[in-house]
Amino acid sequence: MSFLKIIEEYQDFNIDAFFDRVTEAGVRRAIGQDRLSAMDYLTLLSPRAESCLEEMAQKAHRLTVQHFGRTMLLFTPIYTANYCVNRCLYCSFNAGNKLHRTKLTPKEVSAEAEIIAATGLKHILLLTGESRQHTPVSYIKDCVRLLKRRFTSISIEIYPLNREEYSELSEAGVDGLTLYQETYDRDAYACLHPSGPKRDYIYRLDAPERGCRGGMRSVNIGALLGLSRWRREAFLTGLHADYLQSSYPDVEISISPPRMRPHLGGFQPAVNVTDTNLVQYVTAFRLFMPRSGITLSTREPAGLRNNMTKLGVTKMSGGTSTAVGGRSNGSEAGQFSIADERSVEEMANMLYRQGYQPVFKDWQAV
Amino acid sequence: MPDTLKIGGRELTSRLFLGTGKFAGNKLISGVVNASGVQVITVAVRRVDTSFAEENILTYIPEDCILMPNTSGARNAKEAVRIARLARAAGCGNWIKIEVISDNRYLLPDNHETIKATEMLSAEGFIVLPYMSPDLMDARRLADAGAAAVMPLGAPIGTNRGLRTGELIRILIEEIPLPIIVDAGIGRPSEAAEAMEMGAAAVLVNTAIATADDPVAMGRAFGMAVAAGRMAYLSGPGAVQQCASASSPLTGFLSQEGCNELS
Repeated sequence: MSFLKIIEEYQDFNIDAFFDRVTEAGVRRAIGQDRLSAMDYLTLLSPRAESCLEEMAQKAHRLTVQHFGRTMLLFTPIYTANYCVNRCLYCSFNAGNKLHRTKLTPKEVSAEAEIIAATGLKHILLLTGESRQHTPVSYIKDCVRLLKRRFTSISIEIYPLNREEYSELSEAGVDGLTLYQETYDRDAYACLHPSGPKRDYIYRLDAPERGCRGGMRSVNIGALLGLSRWRREAFLTGLHADYLQSSYPDVEISISPPRMRPHLGGFQPAVNVTDTNLVQYVTAFRLFMPRSGITLSTREPAGLRNNMTKLGVTKMSGGTSTAVGGRSNGSEAGQFSIADERSVEEMANMLYRQGYQPVFKDWQAV
Repeated sequence: MPDTLKIGGRELTSRLFLGTGKFAGNKLISGVVNASGVQVITVAVRRVDTSFAEENILTYIPEDCILMPNTSGARNAKEAVRIARLARAAGCGNWIKIEVISDNRYLLPDNHETIKATEMLSAEGFIVLPYMSPDLMDARRLADAGAAAVMPLGAPIGTNRGLRTGELIRILIEEIPLPIIVDAGIGRPSEAAEAMEMGAAAVLVNTAIATADDPVAMGRAFGMAVAAGRMAYLSGPGAVQQCASASSPLTGFLSQEGCNELS
């Protein structure tokens, strides 16, 4: 079984006709459900549900406090390479872009890690561009070996691997996998990924599942909002999360709702996803999957992140640089421009002011 | 003679145990402890960070409390055992609450793996308090494996749904010769009192206190409710009856001599 089968079940589903039939009473009924069906979730993603956003937000807040407490896990990314063989139109690392390509040496990885560790963070997300040639699994393992000295939880966001490779990295100390499908819309996917191994939609789609099988403790998925119609993307992301959670109950499945940010190249988002849309997505997902994590990154500006602290989000990044070695060598050529440049300390203080506890450590590798 | 709960060679006067995972700030913990009289506090080993005093939860546990690390995050017996050993190596003492959860949708404990971990850790000298789904046979296995107490859930973690498994917990209280500590699901002080009236040895509460608008006041309320429930249990509550006592009993004629036959 693959999530592809579920996508295909909805291939001819007329989402607009469904939205046309949604009534306000139907939205309120969906909000009131203890356990939402897929159609309840889609109801909450409908344009009609925008009029009930406050009720959705109230319930999302209540459920999140109930299951996660007033806490927020903090983490940060570490970019160790930007070589890439793909040509994703929306990404600065696109192989066709003129960008200084580099890869951190072990000494440089340690230097960058030392700066991050001084902030007190224990959770780190290791990122590279997608190039097996420049950053093979052996290189990732070398980085993990160094990061393990300073961090208790290591996640990866790299090119999709096969199951054996995920197992290999899991045994090396990686406990989390982040991998975005970018878009579940197959036609848009084909246009946005004109060349490189990333053109293989299905291989990428099944990668989170291979990660679950390979021993990852947590798997984070998402669609890059702005590439296709967001309501359908949010729906399929939710179904994907639900599919993974049902199939792999011992893995913590979470989602991210990243929105497009400025980057190298002239590609502009096909769809404008507003703050209201983002809040609707996050609160609807929280009602659909009350115990799943939701990550809000520094793609979003400080004010919005502050306001979304109480709307279902459980994990935030801080002290972020999307450039390779951006903290230790001053590089500014990142994968995308970040919108919230606050330090970890500033993030922690913001959370305390809101009555939330910043959590620096929530896993200890065993 | 004072009414105390004896576990692992310690005598406890408070029968309210406190979980710590959901507080808005670690600084709240000492306030709750003072207000509630709690003597046993459980802390997830995954959250303990001895390298960062300011954010280290252990910094906020009063010294006179018993620290009961828990194995939150363990998906099987092997991971639970490793986490327990880590806790002991980090100076967290000998008590360990075993949590083995391999289901992230409902967070229900895996009794089978919990029994295995209990057996291994008891053999290593830990004071083992396993969290479990209430099941008589599994509770017996835990007792045989060396558990110091058994901790059945009242309802799934964090749900505040109360004593949904009350009938099963009642059976454990009657049959298992160990303290039965109701863990998870208790959402109101009245439900904690109900568990104590049933004969539970103690209750463990986190969500209901930590996520209250005023956790300190809620901690105090739980402390009082647990004490009241225990006192009621010891006082021998009257039998529960379905009907009121009839003022004209149907069998009254049997005690009236000479009136027991139709004339």
